[in-house]
Amino acid sequence: MMKLTLRVWRQKNATAPGRFVTYEAKNVSQDMSFLEMLDVLNEELIGRGEEPIAFEHDCREGICGSCGFMIDGLAHGPKRATTVCQLHMRSFRDGDSLTIEPWRARAFPVVKDLIVDRSAFDRIIQAGGFISAPTGSAPDANAILIPKEHADLAFDGAACIGCGACVAACPNAAAMLFTAAKVSHLGLLPQGQPERDDRVRKMVTVMDGEMFGSCTNIGECEAVCPKEIRLYFIARMNHDLIKAGIKVRKMSQQAARI
Amino acid sequence: MNASAVMMLWGTSIGKKAVMAVTGFILVGFVIGHMLGNLKIYQGEEKFNAYAAWLREVGSPAFGHEQFLWLARLILLMATALHIVAAAQLTQMSYDARPVSYAQKKAIQATYASRTMRWGGVIITLFVVYHILHFTFGAVGFTPGQYKHLSVYRNVVIGFSVWYVAAFYIAAMVALGLHMYHGVWSMFQTLGLNTENAGRPYQALATVSSIVVVLGNISVPTAVLAGLLK
Ligand code: FES
Repeated sequence: MMKLTLRVWRQKNATAPGRFVTYEAKNVSQDMSFLEMLDVLNEELIGRGEEPIAFEHDCREGICGSCGFMIDGLAHGPKRATTVCQLHMRSFRDGDSLTIEPWRARAFPVVKDLIVDRSAFDRIIQAGGFISAPTGSAPDANAILIPKEHADLAFDGAACIGCGACVAACPNAAAMLFTAAKVSHLGLLPQGQPERDDRVRKMVTVMDGEMFGSCTNIGECEAVCPKEIRLYFIARMNHDLIKAGIKVRKMSQQAARI
Repeated sequence: MNASAVMMLWGTSIGKKAVMAVTGFILVGFVIGHMLGNLKIYQGEEKFNAYAAWLREVGSPAFGHEQFLWLARLILLMATALHIVAAAQLTQMSYDARPVSYAQKKAIQATYASRTMRWGGVIITLFVVYHILHFTFGAVGFTPGQYKHLSVYRNVVIGFSVWYVAAFYIAAMVALGLHMYHGVWSMFQTLGLNTENAGRPYQALATVSSIVVVLGNISVPTAVLAGLLK
């Protein structure tokens, strides 16, 4: 059994000022996940009549993207390619003291304690919109041929669970890796071509408008991404946006001719 | 590109970064050319001074005396201005994006170069201002009468024989090297040329170009201090 000292960010609601409160987590088993360790601590807090620590979670198997906070300055903690719900206490040592705080970004306001509002991500996805082509009933699975590399790459992008760790770890609080993953997984597939230019323009515009920062190609996002989405997805989005920007010219020239 | 395309791109963070990449490309090209020119000092006083004089006649007879030089200066000045304006706006955007900073924050893979781009840029800007006042105008770093227009060899030797001026130049070149190390690679990333397979050569290009520029430039003040150029 391990004992840990936790310095946890406590904040009553979005407007209240927050502060760090220190707790002792006793009887921590190595096989607990980080969230289970907090569950046990919360039981104790409830027993004492105190407010439990609020944190977001849902699937607890690393696929929904709800969980996530900073552990000792690292998004999702010290293990690579791991969400906080999949991080186990064997990654820590008896007697460790850890600082736990929520994602910090203007676009992700704190709701309570470790919970932030990530709906800015939803609005970026919404800006991607729908496909305008009438699709009819579900087509045959292999009716549209897709090169294997494209399918694989699109899948790599689609692996994004929208947890927000990329924004949290970025020194600029930029949402480029997230947006790039979403832009690319559609942009790589044939079904995503008709709206490709429009989509990247709209999603980048909303991303900027949501008050995320500006990428400096530092790569901390890639390092903390639980789904190991790579930095070159950002290059892919940059490429698509610049191309879409140049096409604005072609469109306006055509309009001038008509 | 016409105005609407430029404005659409300039209106986005990525478009501003593209502007930084393109202007950065121009500036890196200049820096490499300037470094190669500096190395001509090893050919001796006569050839080095002749090179400086030739720079004023480039493009002749199509261009008149100093015309091409001023065109190049104008392009460089505009590239620098755009690079700085975009950088300032993007930096402001990033500062605004995290009003509450972390109590504790660790970096995993960010290089020193990548984390010092902003202050490095400021240092390089200040250096360029000094450098122009120093060797182009002879307004600083010389005692009255020491600086002679177009006797560039003498000016360099006299200028760098002041050890702290030489040390400042060397330090500034290290800052420039760091800026280029991250900047050159960033150029390819920002313009979307970095792909799943193409990343390595771009990183190598950034490493080699920054090291070559730093060593080439630093060699001059070092040679003066060591008494090899006199
Ligand atoms: S709770 Fe679903 S990813 Fe952690």
